[in-house]
Amino acid sequence: MWQQILLQAVFSYLATVAFGICTNVPHRALNACGLTGVAGWLVYWGLVQFKLGHMLPNLVGAFVIAMVSLFFARRNKIPVIIFNIPALVPLVPGGLAYRAVRAFVLGNYTQGIGFMVQVMMIAGAIAVGFMLAQLVSAPGQLLKSKT
Amino acid sequence: MAQQNEILDTCLMAGRIMIESGSEMYRVEDTMQRIAHNAGAKTSSIFSTPTGLFMALPDADAVQIQPVTTRTINLEKVDRVNALSRQFAEKKITLAQLHQRLLVLDHDVPFFPLWLQIVAAAVVSCTLMIIYGGVWADFIPSALVGAVGYAVFYFIRERLAVSFLSEFMAAFTIGLLAWALVHWHLGQSLDMIIIGAVMPLVPGVAITNAVRDMLAGHLLSGLARGMEALFSVSAIGIGIALIFRFFS
Repeated sequence: MWQQILLQAVFSYLATVAFGICTNVPHRALNACGLTGVAGWLVYWGLVQFKLGHMLPNLVGAFVIAMVSLFFARRNKIPVIIFNIPALVPLVPGGLAYRAVRAFVLGNYTQGIGFMVQVMMIAGAIAVGFMLAQLVSAPGQLLKSKT
Repeated sequence: MAQQNEILDTCLMAGRIMIESGSEMYRVEDTMQRIAHNAGAKTSSIFSTPTGLFMALPDADAVQIQPVTTRTINLEKVDRVNALSRQFAEKKITLAQLHQRLLVLDHDVPFFPLWLQIVAAAVVSCTLMIIYGGVWADFIPSALVGAVGYAVFYFIRERLAVSFLSEFMAAFTIGLLAWALVHWHLGQSLDMIIIGAVMPLVPGVAITNAVRDMLAGHLLSGLARGMEALFSVSAIGIGIALIFRFFS
């Protein structure tokens, strides 16, 4: 069990940092990027282990990524997308999107539509996770009366 | 008047560099507005799409247009434009210096060396393959296939200006190589090797960002980016499906 968790953590760190290298993340942000990726992936993976489907874990994972990257962004004065683009890579439905197109090309239209809908829903769940993070990170704006 | 033009030029260049490097739309507009404000223009109107920018200042009687033709992800550039805009806000540099530095930044921002990018693509492929539930027997094959796929992608993108061709050829190479490895019993699961190897190429982040843009109210940007992502994932899917048609 602990071995599993350690493996997931190390590999999601490596994947995030390596993707950061492909997208030219500034050197000083690479390590923080990796840590953000680990946080998001571990939360997602942990929730999937509890048989909660895929939408909720994606939403919560994206929420965690957004919060952690906001923290790093404010500390280092670097735009927040520099942390959340590489950190999202393990979560985003790229593999599913590829499966959908492959199913279409091979003539399995029903299967393809199924995958496509899943891609849209996961992308939506991740986007909603980010929106929730905005709510939490700026609570003052909610309470402030509009004058 | 000359001052007005310099403000417009500088803002539009900053905006173009940020869109080309994959920044979010709200940050692009925010940065442009800040630069204009700090340069002395009280209000400014900006209309931004992923394919072009429009900007007007209230005192000038013309609108400036800036087309954006390429869109990749280069986060170092986003960071540097952001840092320059901060320096300008703190009055550490003048508008002319900002303009000059943006010009320089546009052309030479250091990129990680190619070999490191290819190694990184290999690492992305094999680690993601394992955490998506692959088997250890496929670890080295997927790293190899991912590295070759990224190299093909990189070289075609640098040499030819045909959009989506680089994704298609890279996917075709990935499919062919993965099939060959499995055929010679050097790999186990064709599907997992391919999914790992296409991960550095697939626009998962672009799809997610498109939805985020839409939810943030940038409907046009969301549609344009989503469409671009759809085309590039189609190019990848078709490239690999060709292999499935011929060989299995």
